[in-house]
Amino acid sequence: MFPELNNLLNTTPEGAEQGKLTLLCDAKTDGSFLVHHFLSFYLKANCKVCFVALVQSFSHYNMVGQKLGVSLTTARERGQLVVLEGLKSAVDIFFRPQEEPHPLQFLREANAGDLQPLYAFVRDALEPVDCGEAAWRCPVLLVDDLSVLLSLGVGPVAVLDFVHYCRATVCREWKGNVVALVHDSGDAEDEESDVLLNGLSHQSHLILRAEGLATGFCKDVHGQLRILWRRPLQPTTPRDRSLTYQYKIQDKSVSFFAKGMSPAVL
Amino acid sequence: MRKPQYSQAVCYSLFPDSVEWEGRSLLKALVKKSALCGEQVHVLGCEVSEEEFREGFDSSINNRLVYHDLFRDPLSWSKPGKALPGGPLEALRALDKRTGSGPATIALDSLSWLLHHLPCPILCQTLHALSRQDSCPGDTLPGEQVRVLGLLHEELHGPGPLGALSSLAQTEVTLSGTMGQASAHILYRRPRQRPTLQTQWFSILPDFSLELQVEPLLESQPPSDLHTPSVDPTTHLTFNLHLSKKEREAKDSLTLPFQFSSEKQQALLRPGLGQATSHIFYEPDAYDDLDQEDPDDDLDV
Repeated sequence: MFPELNNLLNTTPEGAEQGKLTLLCDAKTDGSFLVHHFLSFYLKANCKVCFVALVQSFSHYNMVGQKLGVSLTTARERGQLVVLEGLKSAVDIFFRPQEEPHPLQFLREANAGDLQPLYAFVRDALEPVDCGEAAWRCPVLLVDDLSVLLSLGVGPVAVLDFVHYCRATVCREWKGNVVALVHDSGDAEDEESDVLLNGLSHQSHLILRAEGLATGFCKDVHGQLRILWRRPLQPTTPRDRSLTYQYKIQDKSVSFFAKGMSPAVL
Repeated sequence: MRKPQYSQAVCYSLFPDSVEWEGRSLLKALVKKSALCGEQVHVLGCEVSEEEFREGFDSSINNRLVYHDLFRDPLSWSKPGKALPGGPLEALRALDKRTGSGPATIALDSLSWLLHHLPCPILCQTLHALSRQDSCPGDTLPGEQVRVLGLLHEELHGPGPLGALSSLAQTEVTLSGTMGQASAHILYRRPRQRPTLQTQWFSILPDFSLELQVEPLLESQPPSDLHTPSVDPTTHLTFNLHLSKKEREAKDSLTLPFQFSSEKQQALLRPGLGQATSHIFYEPDAYDDLDQEDPDDDLDV
């Protein structure tokens, strides 16, 4: 996890809020560093994590996790981490008997229906069990990323329904957290992506939006991060408190600074 | 914000909102107002849990509020099922029968969710039936009307469904704002009259009371400090950006070379006045050829 980002979000692994949906969004840049941050953050916070990893292989996330001080292999072995490795599972599904339910069942269907099997996988992975084992702090679902589901033919309403159910079960019922990454294609004609992004924005408590610089690539400033607190509804607080910072990604950390205040510029 | 009162029991109000200006707090404020007037309030909750919706209301309001929960298991995915019987459409139609006699308010949170899960024509027909209260045709009194409030997230729908839902509504309250102050653009459609548009600035108090406000002055409000205190860019610099008082005075009193002042104008108009005249001393070389003739003599000027 990145300590500077924790400071900006005013949170620590020991004092993490519960029952929240955090939306990670990237536009014209790669926001996966946020996924790595939250993965290591919640593992360090001793939460039970279900990671739906659709974009990279497990070894990639493990390698980055080790730079951030967590071992995904160890976490998986002791039952703290459950990973759905999308790249591997997507191939497996075609070599299994059709009767067996699979989280990515929609890949076999002509019309990609709903994501109920995926929700069932998440529910089974995170359902609190009382069997005397070490109690984890709270369940956390992490998805990298939801836009891949759109590319695989799932409709935006089906993805919104999946997140709705995860929110109802993981956030509301089990007082856990959900973190999901969505790409903002910036394409005005990509209505599905817009519906998904706006629909999730309405549901989210916290939105972290990583944007590329409007002026293009820069060696010392990799992008800009906008943090938007949306809910719970406190009518007296300033509407949608928002902060914007620029950042530079280094080998094992990310440094954040006020706009225009990169150390390379001063 | 007064609610429109009609002689018929037809009152459906639409509340389009956006990510930036959310409408749920206004919906809750109007729900509270209805409950305080003694009306029964039915909420069809699709997007937030019952606990979250009831948060901020005291017990007198919560007792008048019936929450129909479509949030927990709207699509019957859970086992054992916690869904309302018949799914979203039946839940919506059932509201018609539940209101009974007496004035009532039905809040739909949200129409966007219903529009995503029901075909638009069916939703429109059901809404129309809900707000008409056809069960008692021609027998409705002003006090027995049913108000339907529908929250809608504008960015999630195309112009077709938006237009359809909008055309059904007697009142459309679009939320926006500026400089941290929320405003509502209210479009009233009265029967046999021209639609009227009104803008009302408002804020919602912590207990979800609605407070109407005057329009904020555009120039006097500094942006409220939503961000961290901005960093002073002149710290940590290797050069000096500040001016001392003496330097500032010298800078202010300096006349620029091309600044045209009245003194300069006078000096140019009367060149010799009060100034030392200038002399040119010329010593010709041996090879200089001084021609006293005027070279412009042959010009016919």
